[in-house]
Order: sequence, then structure tokens, then C-alpha cells
Amino acid sequence: MFSFNSLNRFAKVANRYYSSQNNITVTLIPGDGIGPEIADSVKKIFSAAKAPISWETVNVDAKTGVSTEIIDSIRKNKVGLKGPLGTPIGTGHQSLNLALRKAFNLYANVRPCLSIPGFKTRYDDVNTVVIRENTEGEYSGIENMPVKGVAQSIKIITKEASARVANYAFQYAMANGRKKVTCVHKANIMKQSDGLFVTTCREVSTRYPSIKYEEMVVDNNCMQLVLNPGKLDVMVLPNLYGDIVSDLCAGLIGGLGLTPSGNIGENGTAIFEAVHGTAPDIAGQGKANPTALLLSGIMMLRHLGLNSHADKIEKAVLTTISEGKSITKDLGGNSGTAEYTDAVIAKLQ
Amino acid sequence: TYLGYTSGVEKRKVTCIPGDGIGPEITSSVMGVFQAAKVPIEWEIFDISGGKSISQELIASISRNKVALKGPLYTEVLKGDQSRNMEIRKALDLYAHVIPCKQFKGITTRHQNVPVDLVVIRENTQGEYSGLEQTLVPGVVQSLKIITKEASTRIARYAFEYAKNNGRKKVTAIHKANIQKMTDGLFLETCKQVALEYPEIAFDHMIIDNCCMQLVMKPEQFDVMVTPNLYGNLVTNVGAALIGGPGLAPGANIGERAAIFEMGAHHVAADIAGMDKVNPTGLLLASSMMLKHLNLDEYADKVEKAVKTVISSGKYLTSDMGGNASTKEFTRAIIEEIEKNQQ
Ligand SMILES: Nc1ncnc2c1ncn2[C@@H]1O[C@H](COP(=O)(O)OP(=O)(O)OP(=O)(O)O)[C@@H](O)[C@H]1O
Ligand SMILES: Nc1ncnc2c1ncn2[C@@H]1O[C@H](COP(=O)(O)OP(=O)(O)OP(=O)(O)O)[C@@H](O)[C@H]1O
Ligand SMILES: [Mg+2]
Ligand SMILES: [Mg+2]
Repeated sequence: MFSFNSLNRFAKVANRYYSSQNNITVTLIPGDGIGPEIADSVKKIFSAAKAPISWETVNVDAKTGVSTEIIDSIRKNKVGLKGPLGTPIGTGHQSLNLALRKAFNLYANVRPCLSIPGFKTRYDDVNTVVIRENTEGEYSGIENMPVKGVAQSIKIITKEASARVANYAFQYAMANGRKKVTCVHKANIMKQSDGLFVTTCREVSTRYPSIKYEEMVVDNNCMQLVLNPGKLDVMVLPNLYGDIVSDLCAGLIGGLGLTPSGNIGENGTAIFEAVHGTAPDIAGQGKANPTALLLSGIMMLRHLGLNSHADKIEKAVLTTISEGKSITKDLGGNSGTAEYTDAVIAKLQ
Repeated sequence: TYLGYTSGVEKRKVTCIPGDGIGPEITSSVMGVFQAAKVPIEWEIFDISGGKSISQELIASISRNKVALKGPLYTEVLKGDQSRNMEIRKALDLYAHVIPCKQFKGITTRHQNVPVDLVVIRENTQGEYSGLEQTLVPGVVQSLKIITKEASTRIARYAFEYAKNNGRKKVTAIHKANIQKMTDGLFLETCKQVALEYPEIAFDHMIIDNCCMQLVMKPEQFDVMVTPNLYGNLVTNVGAALIGGPGLAPGANIGERAAIFEMGAHHVAADIAGMDKVNPTGLLLASSMMLKHLNLDEYADKVEKAVKTVISSGKYLTSDMGGNASTKEFTRAIIEEIEKNQQ
């Protein structure tokens, strides 16, 4: 379901850790707002499922940004699970999420969206994975105002980053039994920049003959997702389109409460996180839905090669949601975080 | 009621660019319907399909007639010239792209349990479509996005005027100013300033990624949306999909000097071109917008009503609308409806 089978080289890293100690140590950043509540729920469920994980909890201070403690912890453990972080108020500041991405060169953002069986939305045929280039494109941050009233923003596309994310997309597809990779672009208008992304994906695709490859203009892609999401499988996109398309997919399956994500870096570093924000309006009230972080944790277990634990927890989560008796308000239920957590734990038996 | 001029000339001339792909089929559907409705216009047809360049005569014709009906022009991916669709818009300074997406009675969609009735006002001349790109060193390409205060002011004002003149309540600015603080920031700030001139119209703003999620979850919350170029392109395609597909939404490109009417979701649809399968509804409704623009309201209503009647009766729908009629059969049914009403 939320397939995230570890690619070979990542699994090797994980196995080394797994054999040298009983538990795998993972960095946990609970984050701000509802972060601590949902992180708590994940910890409870993981421990009830006897997942061999030790959490090394580090906190982020919105004022000081990403501390050396966090960097060191992730560098050592190579794997992290992260709650939402509030972006410091006041312009000019880089978001903390962005800072982490930069620090670990987390080049691929993986966002699976799945229609949860039994949870009714307008769509019951979504099973897509967005793989978004995470380091360049429209997020280069290079902007200026050469004359008053005229602003320019520079989008950078490189062959290297495009090849890296394209290779990741195909390897992901192979490792997870996916059939097709769609390269999404706007190379009819941005012929050179998006053009480079497309030609690179095309080149990379020839190395993976068992995976079907197609290309689609981003406007058409948005339309097709709304009309007929079942036609799409794995998508690989430059930064901005990936951001937009993944939120659109999340909307199809019922919102951000159900969408996990992983940020994959070079040499096996990976940080898994819920896509939603800090939800200040409900923080501290025991109402938050921990599912997105929980599913992110499940992706993390698979990344670590702990597939049987991942399967067990995933099954418990999905049946709890499809039965609909103990789901949180945002999903149309009337349970709190604790009740939902207990219901998932009860299903683990 | 659109912005701009109208005129009382007796028999108006209108430029027509059938275009590539499905273009000839959808424009000929409009022509057939206009003939049946006895619309007092004469066509000046320019075939620039297959990559032919845009002639001086064509631009002169549109400048003279001030109105045109247009099918899509194909733009090559990766290579070839810049988009000719853009070239025409730029040549005539058609800065506002107006795309209404309104649900139809008679078409089943996943979103029909809520009323979808939104209008996208897309900035049409700059942004990501600047065409300013270069290879810095092999393997590194940059592309410039340009946003100006002037163009942002103009499109924002158009959006609020549109809202005012069409009984709309709210304008939502779509942006990504949290990341692109200067360019999208300038767009957003400008919209905020212009909003102050229209206290009777509500104003809010939304980040483009959240906007796409909201569109598929709660489309009923949107009224008029004002967007930079690329986001408008995406939002329009989502909007068309919400009401049932790319064949259904009309579009207009408006400037001070001319206006061109075309499909709202603008695709050449090479996969079905020439097969008598395409849905011409979007262009028919665009042609009705065009007639209103020409102060030919009586004819505009005739066309619009006939199209909607045929769709809601459900008998002659093209396959994308859930039926099995051909383009010609669907058009024929509209013509019969018009002739029946004229008797
Ligand atoms: N896990 C969750 N459980 C329940 N409701 C949630 C959850 N995450 C977000 N929401 C709700 O979704 C809405 C959007 O909140 P979210 O924090 O994602 O965005 P935001 O306000 O932009 O915050 P931020 O600035 O931190 O990104 C809020 O009403 C919030 O309560
Ligand atoms: N008027 C229409 N009626 C029915 N189907 C349509 C219509 N317009 C577009 N489509 C369908 O929408 C899909 C997208 O169109 P198309 O392939 O032209 O988009 P594209 O890849 O964006 O190319 P381009 O931008 O060059 O038009 C196609 O499957 C096409 O058949
Ligand atoms: Mg986003
Ligand atoms: Mg197109």
C-alpha cells in the first residue's frame, strides 16, 4: 500500500545498523504545534507493534533554527522522522524545512497518495507517487529587482540534479512493483530548462526497460489527475510542479491528514515527515490526526528493511480508518488523538 | 459584459484562426451554428496550421476587426519556435485571459454535489512565459520569470472590474510568495493594493499548491481567481476538469485593442483530431462570449441556450460527456434546437 521498499544501497546501510545493535536508532524531531502530540501517538503505536526502533529525540527552536545537535544526530543515524515545523515569522528567513533539505542534500521528495479503502471521498482510484526534485528549479532563491517595479526570479535546472531524481524515480518504481514513470514538464514553453529535465529523464528511462515511460505537460497532468487519477502511477517532476501536483493528489484522497512523505538524500540519509503544517488552531487539544506522521513512519520502516513491522502497522491503521468508528474530526469522526491511537493499537494483535 | 469597446457596425467582420489538431472541427462547429442562428458576422479565415508563421495580414486583420475566434496552435516540445499562441497574445497585448468554469446540468462529474462556478483571470503576457532562457554552462540552464508592477496592477484591476460588472462577490489572488518573495510577492502586494479600491468586493489570497488541493476538495469556495501566467494555466485545467473535462470551458483573451476567443483549456488533442469525436462546447460558449462582447446579446443567448439545452437533454453528447454522439451529431442537435426556436 504505502509501498516504500528500500532500494538496495539503503537497505545495506540499514542492515549494518540493525545487526550492530538490537534496535535501530532514529532521530525524532517532534516539531511545533500538534507535532509533539502526533509524535507521541507514533511512538506508542510503534512500541506496541514491537518495532525495533530507538528514538533519539531532538527539538528544534524556531528562533535559532537547525542546531548542530540535530545535524549531528541525523548525520549519525542517517534516518529521521519529523513533525511539522513552524517557519519563523518575518520575511527573508529560510524555512527550517528548507534548511534541513539543504544540510543533507535531500534531493528527492517522495509523496505517495492512496485512496484509503473504506474512507469515502470523491475518488476511490488514486494510487500515485509523486517524486519531486527537491534542490533547485523555482526554489533556487535567486531573485532580484533590477529596476523598481520589475522583479525577476531565476529557475535553475541542471542535468546532474535531473538525472539524480530521475534515477531515483525509476529505482523506486522497480523496488516497489510500479509499472510506469511519467515525466511531468512544461517544455513546450520552457524549452531549455524544462527541456533539459525532459531529455535527461528520457535518457535515464532507457536504462530501465521494464518500466514504462511517458511524458506529460503539467497542465494536462493536473487535468488528468482530476478526471482520471487511475491513469497515473509514479510521476517525476521539477520542484514547483512537484509541490503543486502532490498537494492536488492529497486533495483527491481527502487532504493532508493522510499523506506521508520521505525526503531522500545522498548516501542513504532520509527524513520522513508529514506534509501538513503545525495546525496551531488545534494544537495541544488532543484532536490532531496522527495518520500522516504514522504513514511516514511506515515508509521509514520499509526504508530500513523492517517490512513485516511496516505491514502490520499499516494494516492496523487502514482497518481502523476504513471501519470509521474511532477516527478523528478532520476525517469526519469524533475521536481524539488518544482514542484513535488506542484503536490502532488494538488492531495490532 | 466584458471590458472594452463595442461598436454598432452593421455586419461585423470577425477573424477566425482554425488552428491545429481539433481546431478545424471545433471552429467549423461554431460556423455552422452561427449560420443557423443567422448571426450577422462575416468570417475572415486564416489557416496557419502546421507551424506556418503568423503573418502581418493576420495581425492586421485582428487589429482591424478587434475580435477573433481561434482554435489551438500546436507548440513543439523541447525544440522549435516559441508558442504562436503566446506570440499572438503578445503582438496584440491581450493581457487578460478569462476562463469561466461553470457546472452544466446534464453532465455527471465527481463534483456535482456542490456548485462549481469559478472564473480564472490569468495574466497573459509575462511570468514564466518570458521565453528568456539560457544555458550557463553545459548541463546548467536558467529560465527567467519576470513580474512587473504594471502588468500586475493591470490584471488585478481587470479582475476586480470583472467581479464588479458580473455580480461576483470575491477575488482570490493565487501565488507562491512564500518561496518567490520578490516576484510573486510583487504580484500579491499589488493585488492587495488594488483590492483597497474595491471595498464592495471581498479579497483573499492562497498559495498555489494549497489552491489546487482546495479546488478538488472544496471547489465551491472559489469565485473570481486572479493569477500569474503559469499558475493560471494549471488552475484553468483543474477548473475545466472539475466541470467535466477540457472540452467544456470557454476562454477569452482580452486587451485594450482586441479580444480573441478560444477554448478555456487549450489543447490540440492530437489523439482525437480529425476523428469527429471532439467536444466543441468550450468554443461554442466562447463564441457566445464573443457575441456579447460585440453587443450581439440576442444571438449570444440563442447560441448559449441551445448548447445548454442539448447538453441537459443528454441525447446527443460526445463521448467525453458520457454519450456516444459525434462532433457533427452534437452540432446538428444544437442547430436543430436553434431552428426550432426561430420558427
Ligand atoms: N494532523 C492534523 N490533524 C487534524 N487537523 C489538521 C492536521 N494537520 C492540519 N490540520 C488542519 O488543517 C488546517 C491547515 O493547517 P496546517 O497547519 O497544515 O497549515 P498552516 O496553517 O499553513 O500551518 P503552517 O504554517 O505550520 O504550515 C488547519 O485547520 C489544521 O487544524
Ligand atoms: N475539446 C476537447 N474534447 C475532448 N477531449 C479533449 C478536448 N480538448 C482536449 N481533449 C483531450 O485532453 C487531453 C489533453 O490534450 P493534449 O494532448 O492536446 O494536451 P497537451 O499535452 O497539453 O498538448 P498541447 O498543449 O500541445 O495541446 C487529450 O487526451 C485530448 O484528447
Ligand atoms: Mg506544498
Ligand atoms: Mg496544452
